Amino acid sequence: MSTETLTIGKALNLGLRRAMEDDAKVVLMGEDIGKLGGVFRITDGLQKDFGEDRVVDTPLAEAGILGTAVGLAMRGYRPVCEIQFDGFVFPAYNQIVTQVAKIHARSKGKLKMPIVIRIPFGGGIGAVEHHSESPEAYFAHTPGLKVVAVSNPVDAYWGIQQAIAHPDPIVFLEPKRRYWEKASVDTDATPGPLFSSRVVRGGDDVTVLAYGPMVKTALQAAEAAAEEGRSLEVIDLRTVSPLDLDPVFESVRRTGRCIVVHEAAVTLGIGAEIAARVTETCFHSLEAPVLRVGGYDTPYPPSKLEEEYLPDLDRVLDAVDRSMEF
Amino acid sequence: MTALRQATEVVDPVPGAGAPHLPQQPDLVQLLSPEGERVEHPDYSLDIGDDELRALYRDLALVRRWDIEATALQRQGELGIWASLLGQEAAQVGAGRAMADGDMAFPTYREHGVAWTRGVDPLQVMGLFRGVDSGGWDPLALGFNLYTIVIGAQCLHATGYAMGVQRDGAESAVLAFLGDGATSQGEVNEAMIFAASFSAPVVFFCQNNQYAISVPLERQSKVPLFQRAAGFGFPGVRVDGNDVLAVLAVTRAALAAAREGQGPTFIEAFTYRMGAHTTSDDPTRYRLASELEEWKLRDPIARLKAHLSRSGIADAAFFDSVDAEGDELAARIRSGTVDMPDPDPAGMFDHVYEEQTPTLAAQRAEFVEYHASFEGGEH
Ligand SMILES: Cc1ncc(C[n+]2csc(CCOP(=O)(O)OP(=O)(O)O)c2C)c(N)n1
Ligand SMILES: [Mg+2]
Repeated sequence: MSTETLTIGKALNLGLRRAMEDDAKVVLMGEDIGKLGGVFRITDGLQKDFGEDRVVDTPLAEAGILGTAVGLAMRGYRPVCEIQFDGFVFPAYNQIVTQVAKIHARSKGKLKMPIVIRIPFGGGIGAVEHHSESPEAYFAHTPGLKVVAVSNPVDAYWGIQQAIAHPDPIVFLEPKRRYWEKASVDTDATPGPLFSSRVVRGGDDVTVLAYGPMVKTALQAAEAAAEEGRSLEVIDLRTVSPLDLDPVFESVRRTGRCIVVHEAAVTLGIGAEIAARVTETCFHSLEAPVLRVGGYDTPYPPSKLEEEYLPDLDRVLDAVDRSMEF
Repeated sequence: MTALRQATEVVDPVPGAGAPHLPQQPDLVQLLSPEGERVEHPDYSLDIGDDELRALYRDLALVRRWDIEATALQRQGELGIWASLLGQEAAQVGAGRAMADGDMAFPTYREHGVAWTRGVDPLQVMGLFRGVDSGGWDPLALGFNLYTIVIGAQCLHATGYAMGVQRDGAESAVLAFLGDGATSQGEVNEAMIFAASFSAPVVFFCQNNQYAISVPLERQSKVPLFQRAAGFGFPGVRVDGNDVLAVLAVTRAALAAAREGQGPTFIEAFTYRMGAHTTSDDPTRYRLASELEEWKLRDPIARLKAHLSRSGIADAAFFDSVDAEGDELAARIRSGTVDMPDPDPAGMFDHVYEEQTPTLAAQRAEFVEYHASFEGGEH
């Protein structure tokens, strides 16, 4: 067994390296991913070791990146596209939604689209506008795409490799403000399935669901709640499309209360879908309505206000109070 | 020694001496050599008085002083990030001063020099980079749109604005700013197609500063950028972007042509990003220090300074007074930035729509109540 302490960023870097070693068809594409190693250094050193043909600094054009990825995929390559920041995926949105997502169905499976679209997402880094967005619902709403959001170094290391090996297109969301969070990663372990949620802290009073950057926030809230004698069960969804809700239903049947936390605006967000599904499946077990803690229905604000915008420990606890007092 | 002196001193008093010459560029429009000599160009002449020359120097120097102060303020934690224009002052001031009152500029995120010429208060630009707002100025009143961070998007806006100008029969023109990297974006190419197709009074002003973050120009284009214009069906011009006089002359001519109904022009201002892409960037990872040293010898400010001193248009007292003004400006920018009040948090719910929706109004009320609950200390 070989265990290393890795940040999420470094775990992704190692995971990409392994995926490239395992399959010569894996090609990384993106802006500034070569010499610079990406603005977050996720591809650091990969161009040096794998060459400019496999780690491609593209022209500055996201539609170009995704559109050419489609053609490369048709030739049997496995493109891994880096979008520099969440707010810059939209020039590629047409290609992703009208082409990447539908080609498998249109060709009745004759054409495969094993494309991974890596996007650092979410706020909390004090950036200017368009650098703190949470676009997951746009993609999760699109049939044909899968959407994964990792929260920790272990899932980052394994998840990126599993996503690259997977036959369908995957939007792979990386919690940029948590890139520097560390954990020990056993690089010889057998990973669990990619599209599965996981209970990361057991509890009896309220089920709290999160993914990506909000998992840490949910765990902090659980810690604080425990001091007040309240026991929160925290589930890391890990994948927002497809959703793996069986562990959620099992949990909510025990606790009777459910809170979903995400940075994205609440209206028509992932929380809305979960609230509907939990209500449909666990109606008789619920002791309070499913609550959502998320971004407000405003554009992401200037960074001086992002702490007020983003869900934090207090807002999760406030929802816990509301659920318990219902 | 003042910060500005430090910044220009390397090449003072004889800029360009010993500078390895740029690859032969027969198409490069130049009116001031890197050594500060006035040179003639068959297509572009500039009738310019001494006062105007001194005013241009003052613009360049003050804009650089602002930029230096902003970089320092970012280092000290007073700004979230800063996108420096170091080295691009002449391109921006020349373009900005070529504009007439009714003209409209569509900037990227680096056009502080153009902002200056349009009368934007530097503190409003600082507010954006401090994370207080998205730049508080009135775009229509100043003829200077808000900064656009999504690469290339503004080129279409500029073109549409120009189509509006054209419909109104107004005698003004539009200046769209973009970088070398931006020329790869589909939207930029669509803008040029619309502009050509409708003969819109828009000038595309591309600052080719040789890099898009770490990616050198060669990845974006196999031909000199100005040559692309021909494919869209309008003229392209390459101007020495470190020569404020040439930029002024070329941009004036293009804007005049647009106003006269001759349609768009593409201007490639050949320059160099002397600083990092932004304060978050580390250029040592992708370019050699020697490259920067070469470009320092083509410094746009030292070039004009040499011309002004040698031709007796400005004396030491003038340069000292500009330095002093620069220090005053820097002090005002510093204190204004540090003392800038944080925005009202509830303000984020305002202006999302002309009239707030019931859902948003309810969210705002809940937000205010929630935050008020902390003030009593009960939470
Ligand atoms: C659509 C989009 N993709 C990516 C980015 C990230 N980004 C910001 S600046 C930049 C490089 C721009 O280069 P260039 O157009 O040459 O302008 P410069 O920064 O050199 O002034 C990139 C890739 C962005 N802002 N927008
Ligand atoms: Mg550039």
